[in-house]
Amino acid sequence: MRNYEVTFIVDPVLSGDEIKATAQKYVDQLQESGCGIVHIDELGLRTLAYEINKRHSGYYYCVEFQSETGVFVSPLELNLRRDERIMRFLTVSLDKYGVKYNEDRRNGRIGKSKRKKKTDPETAAATAVSQVKAKAPKPAPQQPDNLKRIEGIGPKIAEVLKAAGVSSFAKLASMTSEEIKDVLNAAGDRFSFQDPTTWPAQSDLAAKGEWDKLKKWQEDLKGGKVVSSSGKGGNEEE
Amino acid sequence: MAASRDDIKFLSNPNLGQQQRKYCRFRKFGIKYIDYKDPDFLLQFINEQGKILPRRITGNSLKYQRRVATAIKRARHLAMLPYLADMLK
Repeated sequence: MRNYEVTFIVDPVLSGDEIKATAQKYVDQLQESGCGIVHIDELGLRTLAYEINKRHSGYYYCVEFQSETGVFVSPLELNLRRDERIMRFLTVSLDKYGVKYNEDRRNGRIGKSKRKKKTDPETAAATAVSQVKAKAPKPAPQQPDNLKRIEGIGPKIAEVLKAAGVSSFAKLASMTSEEIKDVLNAAGDRFSFQDPTTWPAQSDLAAKGEWDKLKKWQEDLKGGKVVSSSGKGGNEEE
Repeated sequence: MAASRDDIKFLSNPNLGQQQRKYCRFRKFGIKYIDYKDPDFLLQFINEQGKILPRRITGNSLKYQRRVATAIKRARHLAMLPYLADMLK
């Protein structure tokens, strides 16, 4: 048994049903010629890197299958070539690593499949602390939020905060500016002059994913501080 | 009265110029298969004109450089990467 994979691009001007029917036609043909379908991956509509037949996007399909022999290849490719609904196709044989890779991908063990949207502050803190202990921040399984998105927090301060168990926007938002100040003071003199009044409010926006709002606000801020004319505290709302 | 190294104030970072040794990331991280359907990953191995970067720069071992090249060529055929580009990155 050898494993193969055929990827093809279907013309996107067809209706959704026609696209599905086109893909199904080739799946059927493969089955008729004695191939066992392993998986049909619908990659969906993607922008093409270059224009093909005056089209700028295409509907991608990838079918993985098994076959004893390679006799299916030429009739399949002949049909794909003759079909004007197919813009491009590529048949490749997979080695054992390719098979394993596809399987892992299906099971969500590879790539950007599942990134936890909202990290629980307690667990996030726990993982951050254990990471600091283990000194292995290389491929963090649970990615801490990028605290540098907050205006006023640079790489150094982000590190300090992370060491103190603050690794997510949600956690930072739940702290008061005094608490943050204490953390900064504890980290040394060079951090103590920072003014964290706006950080909880900023990270609150970040935790909710309202990047646009945050960005707008950050344009008004100066180094993470509210400019004197627009009021004092960090609690002003957009 | 030789000053210890900690006491000396250097004008520039003394660690500058000590290059990190290049390594093959596929061997180092145990990546066995290079997916041609993942253009974001392959983008690391092409320059901004869309040309395949040499091993001299990426540090790939010969085996994986060949596989990277094949994957890039397949991705180009499927219009996932451009054959020619300008300001790709």
